[in-house]
Amino acid sequence: MTEPKKKQSVSSSALTACDASLVARDIRLQSARMIHRAKSSHIGSAFSMADLLAVLYTKTLRIDPNWPDWPERDRFVLSKGHACAPLYAILAMRGFFPKDWLDDFYQDGAHLAGHATHVGVPGVEVSTGSLGHGLPIACGMALVGKRDGRDYRVFTLLSDGECDEGSVWEAALFAPHHRLDNLIVIVDYNKIQSLGTVKEVLDLEPLAAKWRAFGWEVREIDGHDVQEIEQILAVLPIKTGKPTCIISHTIKGKGVSFMENNLLWHYRSPDRDEMTRALVELGEEQ
Amino acid sequence: MRGAFIRAITALAERDNRVHLIVGDLGFGVVEKFAQRFPAQFLNAGVAEQNMTGIAAGMALSGKIVFTYSIANFPVLRCLEQIRNDVCYHNANVKIVAVGGGLAYGSLGSTHHATEDLAIMRALPRMVVVAPGDPMEAEAATEAIASHPSPCYLRLGRAGEASVHQEKIRFRLGKAIQVGEGKDFTLISTGGLLETAVKVAESFRKTGLQARVLSMHTVKPIDSDAILAASRETHAIFTLEEHSLLGGLGGAVAEVLAEAGAEGIVFKRFGLPSAFSSVIGTQEYIRANYGLSVASLVAAIRSTLKNERTFSVTTAS
Repeated sequence: MTEPKKKQSVSSSALTACDASLVARDIRLQSARMIHRAKSSHIGSAFSMADLLAVLYTKTLRIDPNWPDWPERDRFVLSKGHACAPLYAILAMRGFFPKDWLDDFYQDGAHLAGHATHVGVPGVEVSTGSLGHGLPIACGMALVGKRDGRDYRVFTLLSDGECDEGSVWEAALFAPHHRLDNLIVIVDYNKIQSLGTVKEVLDLEPLAAKWRAFGWEVREIDGHDVQEIEQILAVLPIKTGKPTCIISHTIKGKGVSFMENNLLWHYRSPDRDEMTRALVELGEEQ
Repeated sequence: MRGAFIRAITALAERDNRVHLIVGDLGFGVVEKFAQRFPAQFLNAGVAEQNMTGIAAGMALSGKIVFTYSIANFPVLRCLEQIRNDVCYHNANVKIVAVGGGLAYGSLGSTHHATEDLAIMRALPRMVVVAPGDPMEAEAATEAIASHPSPCYLRLGRAGEASVHQEKIRFRLGKAIQVGEGKDFTLISTGGLLETAVKVAESFRKTGLQARVLSMHTVKPIDSDAILAASRETHAIFTLEEHSLLGGLGGAVAEVLAEAGAEGIVFKRFGLPSAFSSVIGTQEYIRANYGLSVASLVAAIRSTLKNERTFSVTTAS
């Protein structure tokens, strides 16, 4: 293991001094461009978590773009790997890799695949894409942190549809039993999954009560209120000895009126006209 | 083999505190001593193999050497996608250990027969597939996979198998161990059928035919050199495995022979049909039902050699 070129603290970079809502706007703009160019899917899933990512990557995570494998870094596992565009966008913005890698996202010969992929991509902790894998892996990372007496934290972001997977609940049972208070689950609860609303497909309610019953310290937040997100992520662990679950109430497609709460945008890639309207709504600077 | 594995991993854990053992709530009477002695290197993940395997990957990505342990198909098939994506794709240093490979849990029924595991594990990128032939090989294999910094699958038999090797062995991943020398034909076995292979060879020796016996403990990567040497030098190869005939040892050997253009050799695979056992019974009983007893194998090999060699002589003249 090599020493870091410079032990840059997160707060020292210009980006981290920004208002997270401006960063979230840029993540959405960048994701929209990527998905439009690539003609790929999951723009709705990307937009619902953009504010969460903006706060995590500017205010919360102890990471160093100059030393992606820094052993004491906080780990972030994007378990909903289909919504990788905003992750790539924020990683590029933070300087983990060149921004021009975003240009040919998902296309032939590109650096960046259509699901979160760690191979050759600094800053992507784990490759995901099949749902229900992130939380068990995060548990393993958190367990090592505890056993070795290290102070890194492990964050993992799950989709709501992902909570249909049994492996999520195997891990949900495991983490409190092993008192993994260095583990933070965030559920991006945008209420729409692949073929319909969560309520129609396989109702998760009462979701907070389920996690609580499994032994987690649970908080419900507005996943688009960056101040609320920042506040909750600043006081971790909420309760010593317990893993934290943040149920983040979000809107699928948040930020573009015609995409919001619309299942279609789990799949559809914006055409040129839609893209023009979306960029205006997202506040692209002319 | 179970005891040999525990002995080996205990020694490893003593030497290297990165070595961890995770069990899926199985191993009664086997893992307790390890758990007591190395509490910080042991974990019972509960009856939750998908989570167990994901945890193992996460721990390995955090610097540990992690063995997952359960019986038959549980640590393999139940969590196959975790093995593929979380372990293999990330090249995580995880060793998957299944006790009760093949028909070891015979009477417990088909849910407990691990008879497709070699084929499935072989197909996974980066996965090294090992099925030791006796307790000595099992102990050496455990050490060898711990030193190999990539995913490995270790298929063990049960407890109390006879030792086939009488002398110290040189165990290297991907290199077959020759147990008996002979020029007339070669028996290649993997896993616990090694003892059977040796007995078959002994039986032929009495009739004047000398068989070479290879313990192909590593099914992937397969020892092509040993296979091709056997083909050149003995002109007849029989594979023995307690596994489906699809995609296991026999398939791997056939691939090597076919691609090398081996001509004029006798080749036959012995194993299980792609089926669920039609009978209930012990390992020995089900083996016998599928022609894997010493007597059945001797008869089948004798008949094959006779027919094939007669045939090839006839066509040559």
